Amino acid sequence: MSDLQELYQQVVLDHSKRPRNFRKLEDANHTAEGYNPLCGDHYHIYLKVEDNTVKDVGFEGAGCAISKASASLMTDSVKGKSRAEIEILFNKFHDMITGKVEPTSAELEKLSVFSGVREFPVRVKCASLAWHTLRAALDAEGKTVTTE
Amino acid sequence: MTALSRQKLTQTRETSHDIYDVERIREDFPILGQKVNGKPLVYLDNAATSQKPQAVIDVIKTYYATENSNIHRGVHTLSERATRAYESARSEVKRFINAQEDREIIFVRGSTEGINLVANSYGRKFIQSGDEIIISWMEHHSNIVPWQLLCEEKDAVLRVVPINDDGELMLNEYEKLLSTRTKLVSIAHVSNALGSINPVKTIVEMAHSRGIPVLIDGAQAAPHMPVDVTEMDCDFYVFSGHKLYGPTGIGILYGKAHLLEDMPPYQGGGDMIKSVTFEKTLYNVVPYKFEAGTPNIAGAIGLGTAIHYVNSIGLERINAYERELLSYATEAISEIKGIRIIGTAKEKAGILSFILEGVHAHDVGTVLDHEGIALRTGHHCAQPVMQRFGVPATARASLGLYNTREEIDALVRALYKVIEVFR
Repeated sequence: MSDLQELYQQVVLDHSKRPRNFRKLEDANHTAEGYNPLCGDHYHIYLKVEDNTVKDVGFEGAGCAISKASASLMTDSVKGKSRAEIEILFNKFHDMITGKVEPTSAELEKLSVFSGVREFPVRVKCASLAWHTLRAALDAEGKTVTTE
Repeated sequence: MTALSRQKLTQTRETSHDIYDVERIREDFPILGQKVNGKPLVYLDNAATSQKPQAVIDVIKTYYATENSNIHRGVHTLSERATRAYESARSEVKRFINAQEDREIIFVRGSTEGINLVANSYGRKFIQSGDEIIISWMEHHSNIVPWQLLCEEKDAVLRVVPINDDGELMLNEYEKLLSTRTKLVSIAHVSNALGSINPVKTIVEMAHSRGIPVLIDGAQAAPHMPVDVTEMDCDFYVFSGHKLYGPTGIGILYGKAHLLEDMPPYQGGGDMIKSVTFEKTLYNVVPYKFEAGTPNIAGAIGLGTAIHYVNSIGLERINAYERELLSYATEAISEIKGIRIIGTAKEKAGILSFILEGVHAHDVGTVLDHEGIALRTGHHCAQPVMQRFGVPATARASLGLYNTREEIDALVRALYKVIEVFR
């Protein structure tokens, strides 16, 4: 598999074309806006947090295939997780896309489809934008984060 | 390349008295010979920065190896040689844009600093509360933000000339914006995001008939067409060395001598003074008044050599060649299903911005890079242009004097690859 095929795996392309949880949560109690000024990727994350656990999550916005697929797969994987569990998952994800650790499919599950990002350093911001926005939403309400 | 277009190209070459030998020209640029991601480099990001000919690389190396010294200071031989080289670069620039005097040429870091210099020096002295500055919708951020900063400080008003759906400046709207409150007009010669060539002479005339000075941002024009500031009659003109096959960190602010004389210094320091006491400091004459501190000497010499290089080919010929290449590229790219070209002005320089339906520009850029093709994706530091056309970003192929039809063909093939990946 070439670098390019590894970056744009079918799962990534599928999620970018048909993103999951692509909706505004009307009963969200945590939200944040994320923006990548380099390429204009722009997303809103909506969370419903109860008992320190993400009960529901949705997102809206536009951007490149990597950023959108990453947001989509992230929403799938954080549902039902606590703040601490999400932090651990984010760190593993970030280490994988920056090439610090080899992809460990078992722990990251579906998120390992982004392992190809490590060969494209300029795309790390795309893959991590939704995650930074998610963490901002958990920390504070209505905050805008940028990748710069 | 199709057989027909190859035949056409051959005919052009045969009928031309003066053959534009692009293959020979390419040999002057060592970087072009390399492979990127295993593919021959196709460099189509010239609007961001251009590549450097061997002559420019050599002159910088030679300067540091044999002449390096500070200018306008020492009596020693090296200092004199460095001063002479720096000042002869100024003369080279003067001739290049047909200014009247050497002192009208101020070395700055680039177009951005040139505009900031005018905003800070001319603007702070002559712009008052309630005054208006006119720019256009197609400006690079560097011709927007310095004026916003000035307007904020002075409580002045920024007015923006709209553009039509082809990306052309709407002159009738410009006319309406000009008023007794207008104190300065600052407009691009060529749009970096759209390629539109603005009718700068008309723009200047219309402002001058009301006594308003005009700055023209020539960053995207100077490398691609002859520029004559005397004929254009603009009051200020800026351009960057690195887009003109010269080094980074050097650029030019041209200003009419009488305006420069009336302007306060931009920065204080060495070389910009005649004498300093704690009671009173006398400023040096133009242009040195605006060149505080040790300047980018090697950069200025490199720029002088770049201009010499461009002149050896001839800007008229470069312009004709690039125009033909642009129409070839426009036609070839238009044939791809799902492509929308952003910027379809009648008068265009070698810039081709486009979007591919259903694929974000950033993804287009990654796949093209994989094929060895370097072009810019994003908002091109012109976010208002992106908003005007309702797109978050575009891919932009921008031509230089060394690009070829074969490279355009490679771009087209790579775009089909993008479609294949994202189908």
